[in-house]
Amino acid sequence: MRYFLLIGLCIGSTSFSATAQQDIQKKLQRQLILAEDGSTVEFPAGTFQLSSTLSLEGKKKVILKGAGMDKTILSFKGQTEGAEGLRVSNAEQIIIRDLTVQDTKGDAIKTMQVSGISFLNVKTEWTGPPSKDNGAYGLYPVQCKQVLIDSCVAIGASDAGIYVGQSRDIIVRNCLARHNVAGIEIENSLHAAVYHNEATENTGGVLVFDLPDLVEKKGGHVKVYENNIHHNNLPNFAPKGNIVAQVPEGTGVMILATNNVELYNNKIHYNNSVGTAVISYYMTEKPIKDSLYTPYPAAISIHNNDYLREAVKFQGKGRMGLLFRFKLRFGKKVPHILYDGILNEQWVDSNGQYKPAYRICISGNNNESFANMDAANKFRNVSRNVAPYHCNGPQTEAGKLSYQALVK
Amino acid sequence: MRLYQLIRLTCLAGLLAALLASAIPQATAPHEQLSAYGFFTGDIARQLPAADVTPYQLNTPLFSDYAEKLRFVRLPPGTKATYNSDSVFSFPVGTTLIKTFYYPHDFRDPSKGRRLMETRLLIHEANGWKAWTYIWNAEQTDAYLEVAGDKQPVQFVDPKGKTVSFDYIVPNQNQCKGCHNTYEVLTPIGPGARQLNGDFAYARGKENQLQHWIKAGLLSGLDDVSRAPKAPVWNDPQSGTLEARARTWLDINCAHCHKPGGPASTSGLFLQIAEKDPTKMGVMKTPVAAGRGAANLLYDIVPGHPDQSILVYRMLSTDPGIMMPELSRKLTHHEGIALVQEWIKKMK
Repeated sequence: MRYFLLIGLCIGSTSFSATAQQDIQKKLQRQLILAEDGSTVEFPAGTFQLSSTLSLEGKKKVILKGAGMDKTILSFKGQTEGAEGLRVSNAEQIIIRDLTVQDTKGDAIKTMQVSGISFLNVKTEWTGPPSKDNGAYGLYPVQCKQVLIDSCVAIGASDAGIYVGQSRDIIVRNCLARHNVAGIEIENSLHAAVYHNEATENTGGVLVFDLPDLVEKKGGHVKVYENNIHHNNLPNFAPKGNIVAQVPEGTGVMILATNNVELYNNKIHYNNSVGTAVISYYMTEKPIKDSLYTPYPAAISIHNNDYLREAVKFQGKGRMGLLFRFKLRFGKKVPHILYDGILNEQWVDSNGQYKPAYRICISGNNNESFANMDAANKFRNVSRNVAPYHCNGPQTEAGKLSYQALVK
Repeated sequence: MRLYQLIRLTCLAGLLAALLASAIPQATAPHEQLSAYGFFTGDIARQLPAADVTPYQLNTPLFSDYAEKLRFVRLPPGTKATYNSDSVFSFPVGTTLIKTFYYPHDFRDPSKGRRLMETRLLIHEANGWKAWTYIWNAEQTDAYLEVAGDKQPVQFVDPKGKTVSFDYIVPNQNQCKGCHNTYEVLTPIGPGARQLNGDFAYARGKENQLQHWIKAGLLSGLDDVSRAPKAPVWNDPQSGTLEARARTWLDINCAHCHKPGGPASTSGLFLQIAEKDPTKMGVMKTPVAAGRGAANLLYDIVPGHPDQSILVYRMLSTDPGIMMPELSRKLTHHEGIALVQEWIKKMK
């Protein structure tokens, strides 16, 4: 531990020579390679300039612990190698806590194939203004099980600040996501609970998506509750090729082509395009070639949320903007809840409604304005009648974490 | 001396002490020096294989910043590798695969000498493959174990007579598995039937490598070499069609990650030679988590339009947040990419 303190002293006192920087890089990397299962690797306070990804591979029950968010800063400004800042792969019960990762060229922290991964009190940020040149994801667990993201902060990601992909059994709570294209995104993931978070000043606050062509085809069973999702009006700065580049600025919550989502008791305020959108993948106008993919949202329940918006026109740009301007013509009274209305004929009963297992249910929301956009018929018969959607939707299971005892 | 200088010096001393003090606890301790393994006879820098070590080459190798590579395999006495037609051979426990990376000082004139950079070992232990990297010293008398990777400035004259200077990256131990990975198990990538099915200039003359392995008792499960599949040589139009060569180049450069069970399986883009589904191969496939890698392009491959294909864009880039492959590349393989561009251009 003695030399840790020395490093701590050095940081900030002077800029490092390239050699010393490489020594730090090697030293930290060596520690991560040599970390015994069950051990804690401590990063002292200070700002560490790193040029290459730090990776942890094949370990069990290892804790990576900084001296505190904003106290231990791993800065990747000027990164020359590696597609992420910190990478954890093929591991079990890993905890990353009390540190900040800054200015990576790609993703900030990517964890892949980890069973039991906790991010506690971790910040990922790009320090400049929001830019398409920022990395895609801040906190990025993918193909993981038992994921806990607690009391974390994600700022400035050009895709999603907190992004859980192709994972299962997930909790995201007490986090702040700001100045990202997507604040919090759950994608092709099963059994997630997203609660007590603040998503603000993003392009879109909270996204729950199922996308085609992936190994983990079907996500769903996601609860999003008691979050404060407000003022997500940031102009979209994602590189055009990414799916989130299509999210209109001013989106509170978007539910895309997934199933069994329960959205309730949230404050969804001042997201000036749409409070909540429930849409199929067809709205992206991208081709679907994946025969095992279901492009329709199903079993969605939106209840007891509090909606507010300013009297302003839909903020989105591009084709979506044109659609609102010339076709939907909601003017300054854009409904809080929008549904594209594109139905999977296989799920429809004799009345032309979805069978109970597939229904979209909307009830008990404050300011419950609604529109079915009738997208399947070129938006001809837009209906603002929410009555057909008054039903009790799915009560979905939340993320379950079996290793809670680990989390101190 | 000012205080901060003192602190800096103390700090560096502390760092160095820490670096020197960290020994490597191992189940099977690797040797600290490459020479200790006895892979080579005589001057180790000449890389002349010992009697039980067999040199080999691949028809279409991985691009590694224009480094030349020497490859060798050592099997335990009396053992054989087992032939598989469609994947890397099964090598017995105790096998070592050896790969030395070097740069000729002048690609136009090998007689001007070369600089050995690193030698990577894949050792097949009872509990699986282990990867170790040895970095050559400046004197070129031996190479030393390094788990944390390294960065070394390199300069060479390329085949066109242009001087190229850049920082050569030695990967750290975790990064080995960044590529050598199938369902989270560390695995070799190159030495299989397709890639070895070609001639090698052995000390005793030129011979087909599979034939040589059978004769030398190194391979079981194959009697008739003419039945083995053969990968084309990417830059030899005589060896295969444009598509076959482009697909083979993508297979060796990308498919160790972009295959089912590989580290890039999260992307849904699969580039192994056996992939038949055009969407999975990237044709009109939307990116998933490409971030800046997608730029303003919409699809991985747009038939007829390499300039609109994300795949090509990422291979051309040297920005760590964009480039593919993600590791062990600082330069752009213009010749290999030209092949892929041509293939996409002619794609219907």
